[in-house]
Amino acid sequence: MAKTPLQFRHNGREVAIFVDGGTNLLVALRELIGDMTPKFGCGQGGCGTCSVLIDGELHLSCLTLAETVTGRSVETLDGIKDGPNLHPLQRAFADNFAAQCGYCTPGMLMAAKALLDRNPSPSRDEVVEAISGNICRCTGYEPIINAVLAAASGGRARA
Amino acid sequence: MPVTVKTFTSTNEAAAALSSDRSARYLGGGTLVMRALNEGDISISTVVRASDHALTRIDTGGSRITLGAGVTYARILADRDLGFLHAPARSIGGPAVRNMGTVGGNLFAPNPYGDFTVAMLALDAVVSVQGGLGSREVPIEEFLQSRDRQAGTLVLAISFAKPGNAEAFRYRKIARIKPKGGAVITLAAYLPVNGSRIVGARVALGSMAPTPIRARAAERALEGRSLDASTIDAAAAAAVEGTSPSDSAIASAWYRREIVSVHLKRLLSGQE
Ligand SMILES: Cc1cc2nc3c(=O)[nH]c(=O)nc-3n(C[C@H](O)[C@H](O)[C@H](O)COP(=O)(O)OP(=O)(O)OC[C@H]3O[C@@H](n4cnc5c(N)ncnc54)[C@H](O)[C@@H]3O)c2cc1C
Ligand code: FES
Ligand code: FES
Repeated sequence: MAKTPLQFRHNGREVAIFVDGGTNLLVALRELIGDMTPKFGCGQGGCGTCSVLIDGELHLSCLTLAETVTGRSVETLDGIKDGPNLHPLQRAFADNFAAQCGYCTPGMLMAAKALLDRNPSPSRDEVVEAISGNICRCTGYEPIINAVLAAASGGRARA
Repeated sequence: MPVTVKTFTSTNEAAAALSSDRSARYLGGGTLVMRALNEGDISISTVVRASDHALTRIDTGGSRITLGAGVTYARILADRDLGFLHAPARSIGGPAVRNMGTVGGNLFAPNPYGDFTVAMLALDAVVSVQGGLGSREVPIEEFLQSRDRQAGTLVLAISFAKPGNAEAFRYRKIARIKPKGGAVITLAAYLPVNGSRIVGARVALGSMAPTPIRARAAERALEGRSLDASTIDAAAAAAVEGTSPSDSAIASAWYRREIVSVHLKRLLSGQE
């Protein structure tokens, strides 16, 4: 079957690939672009570790038909650091022991970024809501919630 | 297995492509279709999309509200005129699912999903569908009863009369996992009051039958009465009538039958 050409912005850079019909964005990112930061957990929308931002909105890349991002901007964990410097959320995750095995971390960070980009000083409840589509089997969530609150407004906001 | 993806600018062409091919599936937000493809569902060989902007339009201007089939929950949550629908929209998935999932797709979502459709059923919505032979309006209850046979039709929009009073609409989803989780049951009610009497009561239930259903016996107990303790008790007692819930990983059919009256009572008496 003929492949379909696909062009979009990946972490600020134009990319062009050919996909098989029905390919999901997670497979396109990992196998065709080589960005391994979004993870495969379930392929069913249940775990959130494949989360990416599409035009700034949180999406599950495993449930996104790759062709639908034509002409759009896709941001993954690989794109959030600033040169050699970690993003404040990454720093806060490290400082607050918010990653144990680390498998959920890429999705948690993207969900947290989607929140803070819109709402720089969220309440605790808003953080819980923002990461509610992301499963973590290690931390019990508390260190993750604390890390997001610590990163929010440079650690000033706590509710 | 690769599938063929067909994207059309017009809904006419998309509808024709869907009705002419039994293995074609329309892609809304894709939260259920992509799941199926990821699992290797071989019954789907063609995915149909339509990019017509009408599908993503929200119209709250007139006496009726129209939601294009491709409207997402995030869009509803961002719309102040749709405040009464924020509770059902917020009850669905996590933030990513709300950015992706559409109200059109929800009409087809099997249990434990279909929460938004329960709200639409209580509002007695009309579903605009485009078949191979043209478009028509189908009352949502009829649409749901024949849902299995709607596979080849394209849903364009859902519309309903703007509630005269936002308080007349109530919604409650019972889930074990908070804030996100599939429903044990879902309840929605529309109770317009004339003087002190309820006129035109509608109660809808999710996960109490293969598709969302109206609780007719409970509606009869409410109709023409004032919403006092004895009316609420009578409606709650009648809630289970006509239901046929199933066992699932979330709850047994027995449990669903046991709790539906408790939650209808809470919904009607405005309890948290
Ligand atoms: C993690 C997760 C959590 C979820 N939680 C909930 C929840 O709490 N409550 C809930 O109700 N649902 C939930 N869902 C299910 C689903 O996301 C929603 O029901 C959503 O609204 C489905 O819409 P969609 O546009 O993504 O559907 P799609 O996957 O695009 O389509 C679903 C079905 O509807 C058909 N369809 C879609 N649009 C049209 C149209 N315009 N015309 C004709 N046919 C159409 C498709 O062909 C397909 O058969 C969840 C899903 C996931 C993955
Ligand atoms: S891999 Fe996408 S949600 Fe689990
Ligand atoms: S750190 Fe292991 S799943 Fe979250």
